[in-house]
Amino acid sequence: MTKTQPGTAPSASPTDAPLLSVQDLTVEFSTAAGVARALRNVSFDVRAGETLAVLGESGCGKSTIAQSIMALLPKPAGSIVGGKILYGGRDLAAERIPAVRELCGTEIAMIFQDPLSSLNPVFRVGAQLAEPFRRRLGMGRREAWAKSLELLKRVGIPDAETRIRDYPHQFSGGQRQRIMIAMALALKPKLLIADEPTTALDVTIQKQVLSLLADLQAETGMAMILISHDLGVVADVATRAAIMYAGRIVETGAVRDMYDHPAHPYTKGLLESIPSQTSIGGRLKPIVGSPPNLLDLPSGCAFNPRCPFATDLCREQVPALRTPTTWPAGHEAACHLSEEVLTHA
Amino acid sequence: MPEAKSAPLLRVAHLKVAYPIRSSLLQRQISANVAVSDVTFDINPGETVGLVGESGSGKSTVARAVIGLVKPDDGVIEFEGRNITGYSRKQFKSVRREMQMVFQDPYASLNPRLTVRDLIAEGWRVHRDIVPRDRWTAEAKKLMDRVGLNPDYSDRYPHQFSGGQRQRIGIARALALRPKVIICDEPVSALDVSVQAQVLNLLDDLQEELGLAYLFISHDLSVIEHLCDRVLVLHHGHVVEQGNAREIFERPRHEYTKALLAAVPVVRPWLDQADEGRHPTGEPAA
Repeated sequence: MTKTQPGTAPSASPTDAPLLSVQDLTVEFSTAAGVARALRNVSFDVRAGETLAVLGESGCGKSTIAQSIMALLPKPAGSIVGGKILYGGRDLAAERIPAVRELCGTEIAMIFQDPLSSLNPVFRVGAQLAEPFRRRLGMGRREAWAKSLELLKRVGIPDAETRIRDYPHQFSGGQRQRIMIAMALALKPKLLIADEPTTALDVTIQKQVLSLLADLQAETGMAMILISHDLGVVADVATRAAIMYAGRIVETGAVRDMYDHPAHPYTKGLLESIPSQTSIGGRLKPIVGSPPNLLDLPSGCAFNPRCPFATDLCREQVPALRTPTTWPAGHEAACHLSEEVLTHA
Repeated sequence: MPEAKSAPLLRVAHLKVAYPIRSSLLQRQISANVAVSDVTFDINPGETVGLVGESGSGKSTVARAVIGLVKPDDGVIEFEGRNITGYSRKQFKSVRREMQMVFQDPYASLNPRLTVRDLIAEGWRVHRDIVPRDRWTAEAKKLMDRVGLNPDYSDRYPHQFSGGQRQRIGIARALALRPKVIICDEPVSALDVSVQAQVLNLLDDLQEELGLAYLFISHDLSVIEHLCDRVLVLHHGHVVEQGNAREIFERPRHEYTKALLAAVPVVRPWLDQADEGRHPTGEPAA
């Protein structure tokens, strides 16, 4: 594991070994009503400089992925029961929580949906921004303050010299998210996990925040995992995506391939259900039913009760992720009937 | 889409609402925060009018003023030709059965201690003449069926339903009083994408079947574009643009509307890029 900046390490090109590799990750939550398996055999890689989106609806497990990587699973209810989280030659799933947190402070950073609840309301933002510099890098007060100011300017807070003395509540929602981004990027992480970073923001502010993230990524070469439920945001930000349903990845590949040729009925259903130019004044094509309860999953494919393609096989056997025949590698779907789904495009 | 032949169902003219800012000691009003000013629009029977804008633009304030939850500081609100602007709470009772509301958060807007049947029948307790008491259960079940809920679940409580189902309960409650207008304040914002379309289709069907008019509030422009006949774009409490929905979305005139539309993430951005690629730059847009 190198603590230096990229450039000294031989892994300069983004096609090399993945920065983070999640393999067969399985996470369970024990609740009063039973054990809920929040993640089942989730595997993906993220390389330096790339953005992977994790797309799904509430309860599909997308935030559990972030919590597992950052060792933030609520204890004692949640625990990793299988699989590996490989980062820099270490398996974060097997390490002790303090060791993972140490790493997460410096090399892996995270931003959350609600910036107000992640900032401490009783400290000036300058002090909060300076904290990582002082605690992790042992900088002096003045030096850390200067660094904070620099960051605040970089994320586009106007009049940063005076605003650095303000408290979180004095900033707007978009500015708070910029401050969160500044804090996350303070120690130049190699991987940023953004969990619904713009969901609480208005569209015009969302656009600014997404382009700020893209600029910063281009500048620093960091990898990013974007967790979102918004198909448009994912298309805007990521090149690759993993689509989740009931704790499993049901389809993964290049965003454009999946959106143009969805190989899983769930992806297809999501794309068809959103209002578009063609639907104006007409009817939408919703997915029937609602997402399943993790405590009471249907047998076979978890999507089968809502799936227009479902057969007896789907009700009996859980489909594995596979590349549909005659389709290029890299695009995988967990569906017995991908070939048929693809011909219905 | 009905023509504006008869008088509008709901008429809002030059609506202004300001929230007072009071001094901390004596609670004397020292200033006012103008939430909306000079908002004017009509809703005809069977029509859907959309209010779009970002947070703080005053969309919900307009809705609250229309349904009598805040007092307007200026302007006129007419319902079926009656000026309801200065109505007292008591007077408003007769209007409210004609004008119902569906709220954003299906988790917060339903009393957790009432069964679905009681939630739907709640309005009938107040407005005695709509459904006789011995018919409540049967009518509530009928409404549940109409909004796509299993009538066998009428004895269940809100927490036993999913978000989309709770929003259906909210819609059934609104329908129970047989209103002419339903004010929908972000009715699908809290729902998952795959469930949103179900609720939007339901609203669409109900409109067709019952001739309902909707005042539809949303920050989601694609939802507004899909549903609305006419649209008002609000920015800092002012209407910056209003008119036919299709025209506004295709040819926005105001700078703010343009910025708002440009900021919406496109699901397949490569389609637009391909278009641009086909038309050489410099060619005037068709």
